[in-house]
Amino acid sequence: MPETDHPRMGRPTKGPAFFPTLTLLFLLGPVLAGLLGTLLPSFGLLRPSGAAAFSLEPWTALAEWPGLARSLWLSLKTGVIATLIAFVLAVLLVAGWQGTRWFKVAHGLLSPLLSLPHTAAALGLAFLIAPSGWVARLMSPWATGWNRPPDILVLNDPGGWSLIFGLVLKELPFLLLMLIATLPQLQVRDRTNVATALGYGAVLGWCLTVLPGAYRQTRLPVYAVLAYAISNVDMALILGPTAPPVLSIQILNAMNDPDLGLRAPAAAAALLQLVLVLVALIIWKAGEVAGATCVQALLWRGARGNSLAFRALKPIGLSTVTATAVLLFSGLLAHFLWSVTGRWRFPDVLPQSFKTRTWDRAGEDLLFTGFTTVSLAFLVAVVALALVIGCLETEHRRGRAMGTGGVLILYIPLILPQISFLPGLQILLLLAGVNHGIWPVAVAHLVFVLPYVFLTLAGPFRAWDRRLATVASALGHSQQSILWRVKLPMMLAPILIAIAIGMAVSVGQYLPTLLASGGRVETLTTEAIALASGGNRREIGVWAITLTFAAWIPFLFAYALPALMFRNRKGMTNG
Amino acid sequence: MDKAASQSGLTLSDLSVYRRSGEKLLQVNAHVLPGRTLTIMGPSGIGKSTLLAAITGTLSPDFRCSGSVRLNDRELMQVPPEKRRLGILFQDHLLFPHFSVAQNLAFGLPPRTKHRRARVEQALEDIDLKGFASRDPASLSGGQRARVALMRMLLSEPEALLLDEAFSRLDQDLRARMRRLVFAKAEQAQLPVIMVTHDQEDAEAAAGDILRFPPPLAT
Ligand SMILES: Nc1ncnc2c1ncn2[C@@H]1O[C@H](COP(=O)(O)OP(=O)(O)O)[C@@H](O)[C@H]1O
Ligand SMILES: [Mg+2]
Repeated sequence: MPETDHPRMGRPTKGPAFFPTLTLLFLLGPVLAGLLGTLLPSFGLLRPSGAAAFSLEPWTALAEWPGLARSLWLSLKTGVIATLIAFVLAVLLVAGWQGTRWFKVAHGLLSPLLSLPHTAAALGLAFLIAPSGWVARLMSPWATGWNRPPDILVLNDPGGWSLIFGLVLKELPFLLLMLIATLPQLQVRDRTNVATALGYGAVLGWCLTVLPGAYRQTRLPVYAVLAYAISNVDMALILGPTAPPVLSIQILNAMNDPDLGLRAPAAAAALLQLVLVLVALIIWKAGEVAGATCVQALLWRGARGNSLAFRALKPIGLSTVTATAVLLFSGLLAHFLWSVTGRWRFPDVLPQSFKTRTWDRAGEDLLFTGFTTVSLAFLVAVVALALVIGCLETEHRRGRAMGTGGVLILYIPLILPQISFLPGLQILLLLAGVNHGIWPVAVAHLVFVLPYVFLTLAGPFRAWDRRLATVASALGHSQQSILWRVKLPMMLAPILIAIAIGMAVSVGQYLPTLLASGGRVETLTTEAIALASGGNRREIGVWAITLTFAAWIPFLFAYALPALMFRNRKGMTNG
Repeated sequence: MDKAASQSGLTLSDLSVYRRSGEKLLQVNAHVLPGRTLTIMGPSGIGKSTLLAAITGTLSPDFRCSGSVRLNDRELMQVPPEKRRLGILFQDHLLFPHFSVAQNLAFGLPPRTKHRRARVEQALEDIDLKGFASRDPASLSGGQRARVALMRMLLSEPEALLLDEAFSRLDQDLRARMRRLVFAKAEQAQLPVIMVTHDQEDAEAAAGDILRFPPPLAT
């Protein structure tokens, strides 16, 4: 070992890591506090009345909730089935079409849909598949004979199938893009070429040679999707069954009930929701093993995946993914049409007359809420950005990348169900008397924005050529100067993308906004969901379109600004 | 030690680089006089770039170093990298892609330099790139980029020069010219130079001591 150990770069490398500590605090603080705020009341402690004694009474009260067992089953069923379908379809598309022109087209279509708010997607689907929706109109009366909207339950069907449909539509783009992101590191072309040369069909060859590696890297995003699908509130409110609803809606209803006595059983139910997600993850894990065994079995049987059944999988992948994009975009188009519709009789495919009155009437309200939404999103995204850059710079200076443990921590807020800890956070905020105004909402949003901003920036920051820092410091520049004058300007494009993603995440938040403000801060998402139950399609259209653009417009800046600023810098456009 | 301290030039005394595991990569003892060049040769992966990083003070935390580096009577080991006054050139030239050519050069000027624009203009003329001030570095040829990187480094007024395979991306003809330019500038400013290279011709052109790793077996 060296006798003298010179401090690297003449600076101490130990000492408190300010940014990582602060980030961890903002990331996990609200989660842990929220869990505590859920745990205590569910055992009789921390009651609104002030009385506190350990008891199992909330649990016995919970057991008597009407339809509890059915709610549990519905949550599990919709979540697992939706995630499975979305995952399989994503794999089929990538396996069968990757590297083709069609794949590029599908990729291009789905990319913007990634940041489409869940609420807008769900409302759009509702517009399409409702009895008086576009699908029914396209088929009526010539195919169905309907001259008035049929009295059938498509939306909010008791079996939860329209919810599953909506979840698949919304999660397919996410899983697909996550899967695609792993490909560059997997020498896909070499591997599939070998498989093809050995006589394997495209889909099976890809599943045997690429999928294991790709899945290892998409596992956490898949778990996050599964947890969201099981425990979400926003899509379930719009598309999910009502009598009984899924568990998360039961919890939300109890939390919003004027009867404060329902809070304790609701807290117990929130813990139950957490257990349900864990159960689903265990089921999924078992599915992973079963899937791997199947693939292995195919390998040993010598299957080449050229049979008709396998070849049929290829077109299924492309057509379902294309259909997903078409449906989501049609939903948006339907929102827009409704927002400017005067009269639109059933089975007409298009409105008879147009008017802008719905927009005019929403005017000031829409503007104010839109402004609140976007400025809140910008604030949260910029704070997240500062924390994340601080963390990544600390990492760079210490030369220690955060390990797998760190990545897991980032996924905690994405995998723990929101409905399990946000009610607890609400209870604590209420007790502390700070449940007013924009700040608690901003803190709650930050929990979910931070991971996305981190995951977006970590790649580009870590891939940055360290030798540029060496050159700059040899030229006499301090670490601060290098950060501000070299690294951050070079990172402008990923930084703006990270802000846009962070803003889209914030804009789309429903539950954190609702619970952290006690319903007093209104955003485009909370308003759109509030309108959903009323069924005024014109108004819903206005708000859903505005919501979508609030999530999309930051991306316009993110793509346009670097292209404009660095239009004379070729070295800045491809990396 | 006392003798070395009284000398001007770049002195490496028992400078060693280790992996974090403690495994030693290289150890060097050398004294490079102003205007002279020490050439370091050896197979790739042996730790030559790591050794230069120890000298510039930008060693990645995966490595450690021990020993001492003295530059014209200053002990460098405790000095932060931006105060060491060492210039370094890499094979990729590493111009900052978001700056223009002139901004790249200005980035190398010490903070209190007067007449910065004039200095940059003059520097461009010196390397036959008059009129290139506002050009995008990505639009330059390899040879032009190498010259800008060299000039940027010289403008920062270094007291020693480190070359990490600085010529290896250039083709034969350009390589010889660039080499002459670098050595001429070093000679003119009386800078000690440490050059890491694979190329025998580089070593011969330097006309100085050569350190080979691993050392040839004694016969
Ligand atoms: N950041 C790093 N972390 C760990 N090992 C590294 C790092 N950079 C280089 N190495 C390893 O350290 C050894 C020395 O590398 P280097 O100094 O670049 O060699 P050379 O310049 O002689 O080719 C090599 O085995 C290389 O693989
Ligand atoms: Mg090297």
